[in-house]
Amino acid sequence: MEGSVAYENDLNLKATELRLGLPGTDEREEQSVSNVRNKKRPLQDADEEFGANGKSDAQNETAPPAKAQIVGWPPIRSYRKNNFQPKKSESDGPGIYVKVSMDGAPYLRKIDLKVYTGYAELLQALENMFKFTIGEYSEREGYKGSDYAPTYEDKDGDWMLVGDVPWDMFVTSCKRLRIMKGSEARGLGGGV
Amino acid sequence: MNYFPDEVLEHVFDFISSHKDRNSVSLVCKSWYKIERFSRQRVFIGNCYSISPDRLIARFPGLKSLTLKGKPHFADFNLVPHDWGGFLDPWIRALAKSRIGLEELRLKRMVVSDESLELLSKSFLNFKSLVLVSCEGFTTDGIAAIAANCRFLRELDLQENEVDDHRGHWLSCFPESCTSLVSLNFACLKGEINLGALERLVVRSPNLKSLRLNRAVPLDTLQKILMRAPQVVDLGTGSYVHDPSSEVYNKLKSAFQRCKSIRSLSGFLEVAPRCMSAIYPICTNLTFLNLSYAPGLHGNELTKLIQHCRKLQRLWILDCIGDKGLGVVASTCKELQELRVFPSDPYGAGNAAVTEEGLVLISAGCTKLNSLLYFCQQMTNAALITVAKNCPNFIRFRLCILDPIKPDAVTNQPLDEGFGAIVQSCKGLKRLSLSGLLTDQVFLYIGMYAEQLEMLSIAFAGDSDKGMLYVLNGCKKLRKLEIRDCPFGNAALLEDVGKYETMRSLWMSSCEVTLGGCKTLAEKMPSLSVEIINDTDQMEFSLDDRQKVEKMYLYRTLVGHREDAPEFVWIL
Repeated sequence: MEGSVAYENDLNLKATELRLGLPGTDEREEQSVSNVRNKKRPLQDADEEFGANGKSDAQNETAPPAKAQIVGWPPIRSYRKNNFQPKKSESDGPGIYVKVSMDGAPYLRKIDLKVYTGYAELLQALENMFKFTIGEYSEREGYKGSDYAPTYEDKDGDWMLVGDVPWDMFVTSCKRLRIMKGSEARGLGGGV
Repeated sequence: MNYFPDEVLEHVFDFISSHKDRNSVSLVCKSWYKIERFSRQRVFIGNCYSISPDRLIARFPGLKSLTLKGKPHFADFNLVPHDWGGFLDPWIRALAKSRIGLEELRLKRMVVSDESLELLSKSFLNFKSLVLVSCEGFTTDGIAAIAANCRFLRELDLQENEVDDHRGHWLSCFPESCTSLVSLNFACLKGEINLGALERLVVRSPNLKSLRLNRAVPLDTLQKILMRAPQVVDLGTGSYVHDPSSEVYNKLKSAFQRCKSIRSLSGFLEVAPRCMSAIYPICTNLTFLNLSYAPGLHGNELTKLIQHCRKLQRLWILDCIGDKGLGVVASTCKELQELRVFPSDPYGAGNAAVTEEGLVLISAGCTKLNSLLYFCQQMTNAALITVAKNCPNFIRFRLCILDPIKPDAVTNQPLDEGFGAIVQSCKGLKRLSLSGLLTDQVFLYIGMYAEQLEMLSIAFAGDSDKGMLYVLNGCKKLRKLEIRDCPFGNAALLEDVGKYETMRSLWMSSCEVTLGGCKTLAEKMPSLSVEIINDTDQMEFSLDDRQKVEKMYLYRTLVGHREDAPEFVWIL
């Protein structure tokens, strides 16, 4: 490859060069994806031999050669990349189990908050679990239109209305859930 | 040359709607130029830096619909720093000051601020349609301004934008008097919305034809909406999860049965596979199905669904469909024209990926195929040659092998012959993206055969300057060329500098061109803007002409160098 001469003498491109295959194999087949593309071209390796395995510095930065990430590859829109959700069955780490009590129910339940991706899903699950209907949420008035209001105890020990804070903040601060019923519920929604 | 009075010519020009044709009309003579410019209502600007807002306004006083594109295509893949440019603000300010009655604005890859959106919403009484694709810089507050102030809003279409979501209240900003909505797409918003407000909005929008919901909208709201809007033609579901034995799900099934007009379906951002049977009744008439955000749908449930979609013309899917699943598509979807297969795991080993086999099956079964985007695990020359024979009608052919320099999986040869067959067979090919192990030979083929090619994307390919030269010399209709990580240098860049004036833009990153080469080009071609884009953390520009340029973006322009370039962009 014509460019190889330039590689040797010039700003060390080979440390950021893509190479496939095992070290020491023929140059043509040797192009390996071994580096994360650095933003700067490293100058400190300028003396490295081209033929020798140019991956020694790379290996400190990356895992097995073939699966290193190149900037902007594969060419998928970042919006799409950022929105990839792994399937639920592969979620890593333990679940976030919290107790759920409902006024008037004989026993409590437990749910895993990690399973849900937002309030809509959570509230639906609660409705299914306890066979009731939650009203319509608005920032001003809380849950209108039913006798029930979902509340939770946060890290400070205060009882909060479900839905006020962003979902991720809720998941990390929720210690337990309580579905309030009757006048107590309406009081919470109607006030300040 | 005028045999007809102006009004007659104007009437004739009314029938000419394509931008290319209208541009040609304006070049015939002075009087046609004048008539055309006063009657022009729709303008398309493919590079917002090629012209200035003032000149646009001066030439087309009757402007009603404007399309603007900002950042170069590779910005989609994080190759362009965020503050590079593409700001909407100067355009809105200039248009607001003028007497232009803007009704429609379509933007792609632009930086849009809340202030711009607010100014937009307050400046044009008849504003009807806002389409934002891959834009950034705004929050739901800006969207709220549009909802609140655009009294005759018909279309609000947000596609794949990065929006800072301040949660919920923008939907409630549509006033009760707003009943004109035809199209609403907020699938890319991440936050909660007021479900009651959404339902009420749907109820008072009898013309609503297109509705794409976000993840925060649960299935029971979907059911309520469909009951009130059975006329909908294009539907994007939000969260599609429920207990299939529930009352709500039953109601949803009957709601779908009443929706006889749905032709386009997308969403399923969260999906319970067992709930898909509710959709079967509308599958028979579907022409567009987008399941590319639904990794939860695969295997039997997915193929069962596809088997109901016999009239499908466009299918966007994840590679977890597998080669066998593509076989089902091939035997079911005989009307298929466009197929996009996205990777479900961009970085991983791709156990669920597709290979050349799936593509061959598709080409054999779907002979009307003309547009392809295919992310795959591997490819072979034999497969590409077969595909070229089966499908000579490709207009767009974009192949991405996840491992960027992978050779033919069977013969270990470069994929030159395979792509060569594609360009030779598909005489109408306008857009091509290459990947895999490729030498200069593939570019020889492209230069020889790809006569209609307008856009070419190259990565990790070629051996020498000859490759790039074959393309520049051969492809007469080339408009956009984007190259990354190829051994093309100054000799190729500078051989025919006049060529770049016939193109919209050229992008070269991680190639062999040097600063000196770029400077020479900029000197010879004052009608081009040659930008050197450094990474933001590297503030010093080395003045050594022999230094290789990391990223170069050049484009033709009528208005000289832009003035809003950030520090890390050097315009030569």
